[in-house]
Amino acid sequence: MMNGLNETGLAKFKGNLISLKDSFLESFLRNGKITSDKSRAAVMFNNFFLHVQGVKTHLNTLRPNYTFGLGLISLFLLLIAFASGIFLMVYYNPSTSNAFNTVKDINFVVSGGRLMRNIHKWSGEAMIIAVFLHMARVFYTGSYAKGRQFNWVIGIGLLVLTCILNLTGYMLPWDQLSYWAMVIVSNIMNSPKEITDIFGITQYFDIGGFQKELFLGGLNPGQESLTRVFLLHIIMLPSIISVVVGIHFWRIRKDGGLTRPENFEPMDTDASYALPPSKKGGIFPTYKTYGLMELARGRTPAVDNDVENTVLSWPNTLIAELAVFMMTAAVILVYAFYVDAPLKELANATLPENPAKAPWYFLGFQELVSYSAFMGGIVLPTMGVVGLLLIPYLDREEQNVGTWFSNKQGVWVTLQSTILGAVGLIGVLAFSINFGWFRNWWPEIPQLLIVLVNPGSIWVGFIIVWSLYTIKRTGSTRMGAIALFTMAMVTYVILTYTGTELRGPNWNFYWSQSQWPVH
Amino acid sequence: MTTQHNDDKRKTRRDFLGKTSMLISGLASLGVVAACLRMIKPNVRYEKPSKFKIGKTEQFPEGTVKNLVDKKVVVFSDSDGIYAISSVCTHLGCIVAPTQWGFQCPCHGSKYTRDGKVIAGPAPRPLEWHEIRQQEDGTLAVDTAKTVPVGTKYLFA
Repeated sequence: MMNGLNETGLAKFKGNLISLKDSFLESFLRNGKITSDKSRAAVMFNNFFLHVQGVKTHLNTLRPNYTFGLGLISLFLLLIAFASGIFLMVYYNPSTSNAFNTVKDINFVVSGGRLMRNIHKWSGEAMIIAVFLHMARVFYTGSYAKGRQFNWVIGIGLLVLTCILNLTGYMLPWDQLSYWAMVIVSNIMNSPKEITDIFGITQYFDIGGFQKELFLGGLNPGQESLTRVFLLHIIMLPSIISVVVGIHFWRIRKDGGLTRPENFEPMDTDASYALPPSKKGGIFPTYKTYGLMELARGRTPAVDNDVENTVLSWPNTLIAELAVFMMTAAVILVYAFYVDAPLKELANATLPENPAKAPWYFLGFQELVSYSAFMGGIVLPTMGVVGLLLIPYLDREEQNVGTWFSNKQGVWVTLQSTILGAVGLIGVLAFSINFGWFRNWWPEIPQLLIVLVNPGSIWVGFIIVWSLYTIKRTGSTRMGAIALFTMAMVTYVILTYTGTELRGPNWNFYWSQSQWPVH
Repeated sequence: MTTQHNDDKRKTRRDFLGKTSMLISGLASLGVVAACLRMIKPNVRYEKPSKFKIGKTEQFPEGTVKNLVDKKVVVFSDSDGIYAISSVCTHLGCIVAPTQWGFQCPCHGSKYTRDGKVIAGPAPRPLEWHEIRQQEDGTLAVDTAKTVPVGTKYLFA
């Protein structure tokens, strides 16, 4: 008598009401309670957010000293920046008359405003460090090979986007840093004029002037420029980076997860961060891969899966990810609590600061720009990005993928390039600081020579020659790539240090800020 | 053989039409891109006027150095006449400061002689010299939109 047909309508309603929580959860999660390996698998592929990850994860992926969680840290920093940015937008007003005031209000009047702004600033800046280190991890483990070439390209795109997001971010408060950053960036865009001037074609083909005007919406930074930068920072770039990040993660899955060494052996220590695969039960016997993908040829996820060394992603991977998130959030929160994001005086179009320095991560480029705007601001950075993009296509060796520095020779080449890079670059810098450059010796020298031959371009030329020589010497393109990448990293670090610590008023050399002249 | 010949011909024609339509849509897309770029290139500039009055001739006796910071121009006067040199660095647009020996840029270390010639640093061009005109009321006006050759000095009654 108690079956559904004979129940009264109200009784049915009461039953539904009582089981509301369970039936809602079931419809929301699509699978029942997580009690078996089957449901642990189901939770991964039934969930929109989780299904970008595999049902099972290779143990190597979970080893903290393989990835250091750097890619995830970058993602979490981006999410933190998105969330905090929305709160800042509540008060920020993108007008030259109000931007500075509203940022001051956020700092000094809004409850929790300063902390929110600090979180936004530091998560964005930390992203640069995390993305950079992530790139180094991927490079030194050779993880751009075996079908992952294009994901490396996407990753370089994300590095560039991260830098531009930071750049447009510090242009918004309309303080001295914002204003003079706009002046300098727009004039770097204008710098192809140096070349068109030399050939006398500027009046017909002023690509520099066109770029500058497109960016500023005028000839000098003003309301139009602020509107454009605001648009870039809050709509265009975040939309683009969201889509590109999505593709970046999706391709990791399509490429069969993270790289791993071919001679992978489980270790006892693996048990400290992963539940060892259960030998009995579950839908995935350890001796067989299930999946239609097996029928397909090529580098599909299940091919060459090394299943015996995989563990279920739920809970192993998810707990690791949660831990990385909590650590990232905690570090940013504590740092933002104690360290305030800078805010300089209101923009003053008549008086640049002396020295007018960009934030630290661009000071290496500022050093290059101080040799030549066009070479240091456009040609060399473009060469750097193109060089990074080309690495996986010019080095197609697949041995030792997934092993840090490939092999002993790789460690040796890395060390060599680090030492030679540091000594060589410091030598070039010391020479130009002590003896000046062409113009100090021959004041009448043509501008074209200054643009083409300066400490920056000479050094980049040397890096290229050195990596070609390494390829010749070792017979391995991978070793050449290691030489190139290592020297590029060393160059970035040393130039950044030079620009940050060793340059003072009028961009003159000082050993430390304590020696700067007082006035 | 005739059929074969016709087939080849048809294939070529189809190929030609396909390629032509691809080319046309490619050109049309380029047109759209160009139109979009043109749209965001402003037709109106909200800039301060480039021409401004600086005072009467007698306010500029020989030896005057007047740094008009908000106009980004330095006005000099010597025995040859009055002249105006831009204080915008030709490297990346910072404001240079007049010194004993010439001009110094604070941003990337460019140095200029007293008549604006580059002597050190990355600046690609000499500082610009601007036109000075006497107005009907006798005051002098500088126009920063008009560049005159280096060494152009003006004598006014």
